[in-house]
Amino acid sequence: MSASRHGSLIAGSVITGALVAVAVVSRLWTPGSPTRLAIADKLKAPLVHGLLGTDQLGRDVLSLLMVGAWNSLSIAVVAVALGAALGVALGLTAAARGGLVEALVMRAADVVFAVPPILSAMLLGAFLGTGPRTAVTAIATFMVPVFARLSVGAGRRVLARDFCLAARAAGKGQLAVTMQHVLPNIAPQIAVQVALQLGLAFLTEAGLSFLGFGLPPPAASWGRMLADAETYLGVAPWLAIAPGAAIALAVLGFNLIGDGLVDLLDPRER
Amino acid sequence: MGRLAFLVGRRVGSLMLTLVAVSALIFLVMDVLPGDPAAAMLGTSASEETLAALRHAMGLDLPLIVRYGRWIGGFLSGDLGTSLTYGVPVAGLIAERLAVTLPLAVLAMTLSVALALPLGVVAATRKGGLADRLATLFAQLSVAVPGFWVGLLLIAGLAVGLGLMPAGGFPGWNAGVCAALKALVLPTVALALPQAGVLTRVTRAAVLEVMDEDFVRTARAKGLTRRAALWHHVVPNALPPVITIAGLQFTFLIAGAVLIENVFALPGLGRLAFQALSQRDILVIGDVVLLLAALTIAVNFLIDLGYLVLDPRLRAATS
Repeated sequence: MSASRHGSLIAGSVITGALVAVAVVSRLWTPGSPTRLAIADKLKAPLVHGLLGTDQLGRDVLSLLMVGAWNSLSIAVVAVALGAALGVALGLTAAARGGLVEALVMRAADVVFAVPPILSAMLLGAFLGTGPRTAVTAIATFMVPVFARLSVGAGRRVLARDFCLAARAAGKGQLAVTMQHVLPNIAPQIAVQVALQLGLAFLTEAGLSFLGFGLPPPAASWGRMLADAETYLGVAPWLAIAPGAAIALAVLGFNLIGDGLVDLLDPRER
Repeated sequence: MGRLAFLVGRRVGSLMLTLVAVSALIFLVMDVLPGDPAAAMLGTSASEETLAALRHAMGLDLPLIVRYGRWIGGFLSGDLGTSLTYGVPVAGLIAERLAVTLPLAVLAMTLSVALALPLGVVAATRKGGLADRLATLFAQLSVAVPGFWVGLLLIAGLAVGLGLMPAGGFPGWNAGVCAALKALVLPTVALALPQAGVLTRVTRAAVLEVMDEDFVRTARAKGLTRRAALWHHVVPNALPPVITIAGLQFTFLIAGAVLIENVFALPGLGRLAFQALSQRDILVIGDVVLLLAALTIAVNFLIDLGYLVLDPRLRAATS
């Protein structure tokens, strides 16, 4: 049981580590050029031209995939970092203040949560234009209520514990108690949520760029590679395989880390 | 009963506030969206006077709050305005598209529950065994795999490859229920799979938790067979968290539908909003987004309410 518990964490870390490694390597080296067009070599099958073949413009699919890893990873990380920072700050403020502040934060969380990121991206896309800003804003906006709700509940439970009351009684201010006592105690739960939300952010980013709300061409993106592949499904079905598998693997990695952390932090969990 | 009425009243109040806030937010975003509907209707050659006259006729020169009031008032009375690009009432347009999105969402939810409940129950009762491992693997994979990619693979395999299924499009319900349903089969599978993964995990966890409860031990001690205890005591008590998560997943189901409709070229609400965006038909976008958001809020509200009515313990707990 203990082996399988650590199994999730290890498997997740290996997958995610590989993803990060590929993303970093793509900054320095790719097997072919992800931007140079070579129409003569278009739609070549895997192994005929490069490991994974070429796309409709003759670009090397493996190279596009590697660069796409960096692009998706940076959008997901920035979006989750923004969403988590803002959400935790709002949630802890609500937990510390209670009353009207808490009611307002929770209500605002309901409001934002009712608009899925794909829809808010559509609204934002018409306003900010399509591009990484729209994708990051739409994903981060959706993450804020997730982290706010989590830290309101968790924060309130910690605040009610004796050591927080003691710290308050000893004369520490609310901000100091929150930063020194509450935040460290809810950090593990936030870490779990960060891992799971990174997976969700990857999925959403892929969906957004599939619809054309991600990075504009010629930047490589897994979602748009799938959108392109749909056009050539009849002649080059293999184009649809690698980017989708890459997305699934990346999400699986983050989810396994999240599950592994849950098991590690809470021994009562199965 | 008085307490229940009070709690329900409070929840209705908070529902209304949420709806007002969501609609105000959407309206504000619509308002700052670039593009002048009057200019879009008249084209680039229109004179400044004609533009001003049309803006006045359309009420675009009224204060923000008045326009918001008109929009919401229209929404509540079923008048959603006229689409700029289609030139028809948005209400009719949405009703037409809802006839695709709603069956798709209901079918996908049904399929995902039909997959997840048995898988989750079997996994929990055979915890650690082969069945559990397989169910957990299925759940892990289907949560990670993007639904729109599943859609693409289904099209590549079953539609383009084997020619068994239509690759996309929708013949309309007038073409016969069979033809219409056939067009929805692959989209339903693609939309249901990720939901099924989430619900399998929730079902498994919920069943495991209830199996540990005292009343289940009592039932077993009274001589009930494992199977009888499972179906009469464990599963009914494990359902509430599953239903809650299913409700929360509704947001993701809607988001998924936008993608899936685009993969399969289904004329649903998601595709309508997407097309409206590229044509800068701002009213249609706002109406669709508000409708979907209101639907999400309503589903969560009903689940919340159902709990309150069904579980007396909650009424005491929320005091």
